[in-house]
Amino acid sequence: MGAPHGHRLHFHTHSPVHAMAAHLKVLALVGFMLCVVLTPRTWLPAFAGYLAALLLVISVSGVPLRYVVPRMVVEVPFLAFAALMPFLSAGPRIEVLGVAMSRPGLEAGTALVIKGSLGVLASLTLAATTEPHELLSGLRRLRVPAALVDVMAFMLRYLDVVTDELRRMRIAVDSRGFSARSPRHWAVLATSLGALFVRSYERGERVHRAMLSRGYER
Amino acid sequence: MPDGFLNAPTSLATGAVAAAGLALALRGARRELDGPTAPMAGLVATFVFAAQMLNFPVGAGTSGHLLGGALAAVLVGPWTAVLCLSVVLIVQSLLFADGGITALGTNITLISLVGVLVGWAVTRVLLAMLPKRVGVIAPAAAIGAFLSVPTAAGVFAALYALGGTAPLPFGSVLTAMVGWHVVIGLGEAAITGLVVASIVGVRPDLVYAARPALAARPLQLATAPR
Repeated sequence: MGAPHGHRLHFHTHSPVHAMAAHLKVLALVGFMLCVVLTPRTWLPAFAGYLAALLLVISVSGVPLRYVVPRMVVEVPFLAFAALMPFLSAGPRIEVLGVAMSRPGLEAGTALVIKGSLGVLASLTLAATTEPHELLSGLRRLRVPAALVDVMAFMLRYLDVVTDELRRMRIAVDSRGFSARSPRHWAVLATSLGALFVRSYERGERVHRAMLSRGYER
Repeated sequence: MPDGFLNAPTSLATGAVAAAGLALALRGARRELDGPTAPMAGLVATFVFAAQMLNFPVGAGTSGHLLGGALAAVLVGPWTAVLCLSVVLIVQSLLFADGGITALGTNITLISLVGVLVGWAVTRVLLAMLPKRVGVIAPAAAIGAFLSVPTAAGVFAALYALGGTAPLPFGSVLTAMVGWHVVIGLGEAAITGLVVASIVGVRPDLVYAARPALAARPLQLATAPR
């Protein structure tokens, strides 16, 4: 039962962006996004520049845009929030296409969409070009406390094991004719989660004991 | 929460709060898990991640999922829970592009610090008032889970008043956020109560919040009639 290399968002290819040290990529992401967040919302050319820089990095990385763009759906719930801002905000009203809305609210909503989308695109670039183990060693090099990185390492190591376990449990209940349609069925799902917790906890104990018996001390 | 919701000074301030909370959690988790923590905390974090993936149908084609702060606190103790939820948020931000990197401090502060600690505090107070029996743990956890969600939403509204990027009036943000999250909190309470009840039923020894009740339980010896 070997863990697969890579993870759901990783796109395997060889490029200067893939080869770059992970700690530099994390620093670049944090620095880039701080710049984006600090940029006043009226400086539209600056945002165009950020987007151009990101697209350049993505094209150098060899990750196709049709791989990256569909994966931006994670931000959809926040687009809804941004769409409501012009109507809920205070300030002078303007008319757009015959609908009255708040001018500062419209600006802020637009800025949120721009900054949020740049953030998702930049994070996707990191995720698509960095293997989990590279990211972990990058975080260690950035002096993130070892205890924290160790927990992350164990989480990533067992992520597929535990999610597969959950998937098998769902197949088991599905194959017995169960289908969850309403809150009346929550008890069954919750019992699955309870069993998953017991199995995960016991797996943690087994892993820990196995490591102790091999001389692990920390 | 993505990038760009809160301005940079507020994001940096919540980042500092999150870092301080994580430092406390790393020390506290060592005490709760009794020694080396990485494998146990890692597996609990994986469980939280998987639990958040499971969709609970609400009806009419919509569904919700667990946040898991109060649940994790009741199962493994508050500091381990803060540690595990924070790790989940960090991994989601860095490897799944879910949650902005500059919003990471805010997400950790709201979901892991406020969510876990409020859920745990409420559960703990209720358990102190109720009789020491394992049967009361699931209802107490459900109430803790219910209150933790709108509280976190209220803290978000306060942060938005301090460093929000749109001139939304504080009152309406607070009403909308807390109102909506009361509904989410009801779902969180139901799922948390059901999951805790199912674990307390089979393995109460694994539930952190059940330790006092189990310690108070007298040893019973039963013999079968001949």
